[in-house]
Amino acid sequence: MSVDATLSFEEAMEKYDPVLGFEVHVELNTKTKMFSSAPNVFGDEPNTNVNEVDLGMPGVLPVVNKTAVESSIKIGLALNCKIAEYCRFARKNYFYPDTPKNFQTSQYDEPIAYDGYLDIELEDGTVFRVEIERAHMEEDAGKLTHMGGSAGRIQGADYSLVDYNRSGVPLVEIVTKPIQGAGSRAPELAKAYVAAVREIVKNLGVSDAKMERGNVRCDANVSLRPHGQERFGIRSETKNVNSLRAVEHAVRYEIQRHAAVLDSGQPVIQETRHWHEDTRSTTSGRAKSDADDYRYFPEPDLVPVVASREWVEELRATLPEPPAERRKRLKEAWGYSDLEFRDVVNAGVMDSIEETIAAGASADVARKWWMGEIVGRAKVADVDPSALGVTPQVIVELNKLVEDGKINNKMATQVLDGVLAGEGTPAEIVEKRGLAVVSDDGPLLEAIDAALAAQPDVAEKIRSGKLQAIGAIVGGVMKATRGQADAGRVKELILEKLGVQA
Amino acid sequence: MTELKNELIRHSAADLAAKLAAREVSAVEVTQAHLDRIADVDGQINAFLHVNTEEALAVAAEVDAARAAGGAAAEELHALAGVPIAVKDLIVTIGQPTTAGSKILEGWHSPYDATVIKKLRAAKMPILGKTNLDEFAMGSSTEHSAYGPTRNPWDLDRIPGGSGGGSAAAVAAFEAPLALGTDTGGSIRQPGAVTGTVGVKPTYGAVSRYGAIAMASSLDQIGPVSRTVLDSALLQEVIGGHDPFDSTSLTDPFDNLAAAARVGNVAGMKIGIIKELHGEGYQAGVENRFNESLQLLKDAGAEIVEVSCPNLKYALGAYYLIMPSEASSNLAKFDGVRYGLRALPQDGPMTIERVMGATRAAGFGDEVKRRIILGTYALSAGYYDAYYGSAQKVRTLIQRDFDAAFSNADVLISPTAPTTAFKLGEKANDPLAMYLNDVATIPANMAGIPGLSLPGGLADEDGLPVGVQLLAPARQDARLYRVGAVLESILEEKWGGPLLAQAPELKTPALGAASNSAGGSN
Amino acid sequence: MAAINRDDVAHLARLAHIEMSAEELDRMAVELAVIVDSVKSVSEAAGEDVPATSHPIPLTNVFREDVVGHTFTAEQALSGAPDAYENRFKVPAILDED
Repeated sequence: MSVDATLSFEEAMEKYDPVLGFEVHVELNTKTKMFSSAPNVFGDEPNTNVNEVDLGMPGVLPVVNKTAVESSIKIGLALNCKIAEYCRFARKNYFYPDTPKNFQTSQYDEPIAYDGYLDIELEDGTVFRVEIERAHMEEDAGKLTHMGGSAGRIQGADYSLVDYNRSGVPLVEIVTKPIQGAGSRAPELAKAYVAAVREIVKNLGVSDAKMERGNVRCDANVSLRPHGQERFGIRSETKNVNSLRAVEHAVRYEIQRHAAVLDSGQPVIQETRHWHEDTRSTTSGRAKSDADDYRYFPEPDLVPVVASREWVEELRATLPEPPAERRKRLKEAWGYSDLEFRDVVNAGVMDSIEETIAAGASADVARKWWMGEIVGRAKVADVDPSALGVTPQVIVELNKLVEDGKINNKMATQVLDGVLAGEGTPAEIVEKRGLAVVSDDGPLLEAIDAALAAQPDVAEKIRSGKLQAIGAIVGGVMKATRGQADAGRVKELILEKLGVQA
Repeated sequence: MTELKNELIRHSAADLAAKLAAREVSAVEVTQAHLDRIADVDGQINAFLHVNTEEALAVAAEVDAARAAGGAAAEELHALAGVPIAVKDLIVTIGQPTTAGSKILEGWHSPYDATVIKKLRAAKMPILGKTNLDEFAMGSSTEHSAYGPTRNPWDLDRIPGGSGGGSAAAVAAFEAPLALGTDTGGSIRQPGAVTGTVGVKPTYGAVSRYGAIAMASSLDQIGPVSRTVLDSALLQEVIGGHDPFDSTSLTDPFDNLAAAARVGNVAGMKIGIIKELHGEGYQAGVENRFNESLQLLKDAGAEIVEVSCPNLKYALGAYYLIMPSEASSNLAKFDGVRYGLRALPQDGPMTIERVMGATRAAGFGDEVKRRIILGTYALSAGYYDAYYGSAQKVRTLIQRDFDAAFSNADVLISPTAPTTAFKLGEKANDPLAMYLNDVATIPANMAGIPGLSLPGGLADEDGLPVGVQLLAPARQDARLYRVGAVLESILEEKWGGPLLAQAPELKTPALGAASNSAGGSN
Repeated sequence: MAAINRDDVAHLARLAHIEMSAEELDRMAVELAVIVDSVKSVSEAAGEDVPATSHPIPLTNVFREDVVGHTFTAEQALSGAPDAYENRFKVPAILDED
């Protein structure tokens, strides 16, 4: 595999203007498949979630899953699309062993949803409108495993094994119009767009939306044109970029690669590219050829879908609040800064904070606990923050203990650890561990004297005005009192003792 | 008294049903008589690709046991329980091979039953076996079967029609009282015409297609094959009805068919001759018998009118674009991956693409390949609008023509096929001449309307059967049975019995034949 | 409408995954040319304003409720497989990517 030349991203941006396009495939979480009553379940024994329809046996016929149609309409509505009053399925004819009929039942020129848009908020709050060309219904293919040769890669494999469990799983393919004007923010926009689509389908409840399981899969189209040129350049289509990070990287890489090709005076080849996470680069796949003559025609075994306006409005009425609107509403209600709110969203604790506030905590307290304590612990445990086992009630109780002066913040984090260790409620843990703020100054003064005597040079520094040195003394006192002292009060007493003004 | 088996096989399904209900004969006797007949004559006919002896006798025994037990078990039996039937080998069956007449499916056993097979099983009709056909139902002579041609019981040197030549010949040779066929462009009706039997293509959607190996999805329809009009009506009532596994299945009830066949008059009905479907290009003997039928219907009180369907001149061309287009896609699944034949390339790299290419090269016959290539062409980029798109517009024009015709007539009438049975091999190397056999039957498939073919007599010049075709508006299958039964009874009165009584006797092993005379007493 | 030639047939045979010998291509090209010629009148039959009919009997919205039905065992699924391994269909190497 030869390594393609690339230009630096900055140089590429100086010379060229990127145009993007995305095809995102969303697997629906219906109970059964798109055209058969076999279960739509991930990860079972091979070739057991199939019946004659999914295997493309001779004589079989498809029947459309009504829930899949409704989910598709909901996705269309959430993407601000028009819903076709009349649409048909079509056959896309091509031979491939994971496609049991050697055609995919899809939609061609009559998608169920079309002409929509999605407003994408970038990290700095800039809103970028991505126009949606269409969202159409189709079916997934089976799963191929390549054996022999080099570890699971298609190149050099001796043979392949086919499991049709995924064959016929309902898919909605969402296709954007060409996205222009993103400039150097193209990679960021790419990631944000796919994230937004994933969030929408998850919020609608129509997909499990797990990218690592292939519930949401992205093909990214990239082309470059010299600044000021109207006409689009020749595009590449990078297939199956299946994490948000990879989407960003793949778009960035393809921009750099295209720029190098164009700089060398060569034409870009219209082809599919394969993304490699290990090298963070793409390799050439298949060039567009006459084998891509899919010979679409209306699926004669299925009848048209007519979406009456009543039906569409019924479905619209069931839609949850769109994620972007919800975020806007919550940010205002909670009074977080842009930065604070973005961190909350990125950490994935917005829902938890909302619940914590509902349980009685203030917005700031909820943020302090989730962002300051729980997110870090979740990272260590490698789980979602919400899956760590901290309930909103725990946080409300911990906060009350602190506010009432029964424990200090440091103790509170110990109590939280106790909760996570399953030792009981915060109050029970305070009791069991004998945690309580020491408020009598007598023992503290003793400890301060000992600490000053142990570090006379530090004491001298403080006296001479180097107040930042006080930490060493405070630390000694805290150590001596096993952290049960109120650090603020310790500081006051040290300064008092040394006769220094804070 | 038990009848001699040679007489048993000559009864209609309706008569057999009555005898079974009256316990004059047992279902095992009836089934065995037909199995014996198959053993005796099918060596000459080659109507069957598989004979289902054990299961057929077991089902018959169940029926006999239920009748013997009496009470609810006997009452719950379907009227046709115990009446045996043959099934075109395009329809999938558990427990028997299904080949579609192709090498590519040789030895394949379906793990599921077609809906019509489930219905036959529910009615406890013993399935005698699977009948021969042109490969994937592509042909009009059964010569395109990978398992050798079927021969016409009227003349063993002639074709039995196609694609359902096996089902028609089996019924004509008294190997089965009933059979199932499939009709995409005439595959039930044209074999019916040239073998002197009855065949019906119901309204598109009246019978579930689930489990019929698809040729052209928008044209295919399963239907009955029999020796009398009433028998076809009875069989369509068994196999018809809504099926949730077929999205194109109609919810309309089709439960008045046998009753219609028993009405017995056509007085006041308007019968329309389709101007474009007779005359030039039709054999003189065919034309004569057709005109004779018109006169008989007129004598019976029907009003004969002439209608014109000018766009039928495009029907054959449009059919030969739509059918191969859909077939090219429907037959893509036969690739050597999941079932059936896998052939390996002779040389070069062993990749799946090349294995698919070799499998399809070795597994498909010439006619199948021709249609796949033609369909691939018609759907390919740049040609779709001119070919497939235009053909679908012609479909609209044909439907409009029929709508107009049916505003002037209750049913339409034409010869079923332009000629009587031709000789084996006569048109084997001329695909276009072969396609012309279906010129009168194709329009019904294009429009989705029902069509029935019944024997209209023998052509003067060759003494071979001629078929008369009746067409009715969509969902009005009952009209076909009403008019067909009346015409049948007038003709039989004229002939002094069924047309098939005039068919030459087939040679049977001397020891196996208790009697060589047709008919008999009961 | 364009006539069909031997190169067309070779291309179509590739699309349809049917290996054809040189002799077969020659013969098929001749046969198909005759057939294509005979159907060409179809493209002139109907005007722009005539709608296409894809289904002979018009129906709409035929759906299935989202309720799980029957499935095969792996054994049933693979019962007709030309080749299988560990409950999966086995096929020779795939040359073409994606």
